Amino acid sequence: MVIKILGTGCPNCKKLEANAIEAVKQLNRKDKIIKITDIKEIMDCGVMSLPALVADEKVLSYGIIPSVEDIKKMIANF
Amino acid sequence: MDIFYPIQLLADWLTYDVFSIAKKTLLGNAIDFFINDTIKIFLLLVVIIFVVSIIRSFLPPEKIKNILSHKGKYTGNILASFLGIITPFCTCSAIPLFLGFVEAGVPLGVTFSFLVASPMINEIALVMLFGLFGWKVAFIYIVSGLVVAIVSGIIIGKLKVENLVYDFKSKNKAKLGFESLTWEKRITYARGYTFDILKKVWLFIIIGVGIGAWIHGYIPADFIAKYAGGNNWYAVPLAILIGIPLYSNAAGIIPLVSVLTEKGVSMGTTLAFMMAVTGLSLPEFLILKKVMKTKLIIIFAGIVGVGIMCTGYLFNIILK
Repeated sequence: MVIKILGTGCPNCKKLEANAIEAVKQLNRKDKIIKITDIKEIMDCGVMSLPALVADEKVLSYGIIPSVEDIKKMIANF
Repeated sequence: MDIFYPIQLLADWLTYDVFSIAKKTLLGNAIDFFINDTIKIFLLLVVIIFVVSIIRSFLPPEKIKNILSHKGKYTGNILASFLGIITPFCTCSAIPLFLGFVEAGVPLGVTFSFLVASPMINEIALVMLFGLFGWKVAFIYIVSGLVVAIVSGIIIGKLKVENLVYDFKSKNKAKLGFESLTWEKRITYARGYTFDILKKVWLFIIIGVGIGAWIHGYIPADFIAKYAGGNNWYAVPLAILIGIPLYSNAAGIIPLVSVLTEKGVSMGTTLAFMMAVTGLSLPEFLILKKVMKTKLIIIFAGIVGVGIMCTGYLFNIILK
C-alpha cells in the first residue's frame, strides 16, 4: 500500500516519517512511503492537525507522533 | 499558606546547609533563588502540561472546527477564544487549522479569535506566570488574553476582509471519524507530550532562571525602574516590539521578566511584553502569508498589538 506522511516540514513531521520508515522496515514490507507537503493535498485528506499518517487514503493518525510500535500495529491491522 | 513553601525550604536547605554558602550574601541569595525557581517551574510544567494534554485529547482541532462552524459571531468569538486556551499552537499546523476553519464555514472573525488565543494563552506561559508571579497575575493574564482575542476577532469580523484570504477550496471533502480513545491512550499521549515539551524547553528555563538569579542577587532595583518603570510612556510599546521576535523562547524569557518586575518594571509593561512574546510571533506571520494577503496579516497584527498595548497601559494604572 501507499503510506503518506502529511506535514509542512517541521521537526515533528520528520520524526513521523522516520518512525514510519522504521516500522515498515521492521515488518519486512515494501510499502511506498511518500511525503506530502502541498497544502492543498493535505487539506483534501480533511486533516487539520499535523503531522498526519495516511495509508491508502485512510487517515491513521493526526496531530500526534505515533511510535514505531504503534505504526506497526496500525499497518498490521489495516 | 503558600503551596510552594516546601520548595523554598528545600532550596534553603540545599543552599545553606548542603552547599554551606553563608546566609544573606549575594551569592547565597542568587543560588537559593535559582534552586527554588527551577524546581518550582519544572514541577508545575510536568503537572500542568500533563493535565492540559489529557483535556486536549478530548478536543482535537477537527472537533473544535465542528463546534465553531455552528456558532454565530459573539458567541463564536467567545467560544473560540476559550477553546484556544487548551489547543496547542505550533506554527506548522497554523495553515491547515486556518483553512480547515474557513472551509467548515467558521466565520473569519471567529477564526481569528482562535488564532489569537491559541498561542497567547498557552500552558508554558501560564506555568511560568503561576510559578513566578503567583496565581493572581496568571489569572489577569488569562482574562486579558481572552478579552484581546475576543475583541480582535469581533473587529476583524466587522471589517469584512474575506477577500484578503486566498481561495483553497478542496474538492473531495474527506470526513474524519473520531475513534474514542481509551484512557490508556490518552495517558500515553499526555506523557509523551509532556516529555517532548520538557525536552524542548529545559535548557531555556535553566539559562533564563540562571540569568534571572544573577540579576536578582546582584543588580540594584532602581537601575531598571529608572528605564522601564510605569512613568515612561514608551515602556509598553517598546516591550511589545522587543517581544515580537522572541516567540520560541518564551520559556527562558519569562524568568528574566519576573526578575525585572521585581526590580521595578511595572506590571502592565510586563504583561504586555509577555503577550507580545506569545501572541505576536514572526514565524506565524510568515507562514500565514501562504493563505492570506500581507494586508490582512498587518491588520491582524495591528489590532492584536493595539489590544496588548491597551492591556499594558491599563494595568500600569490599576496595579500601581
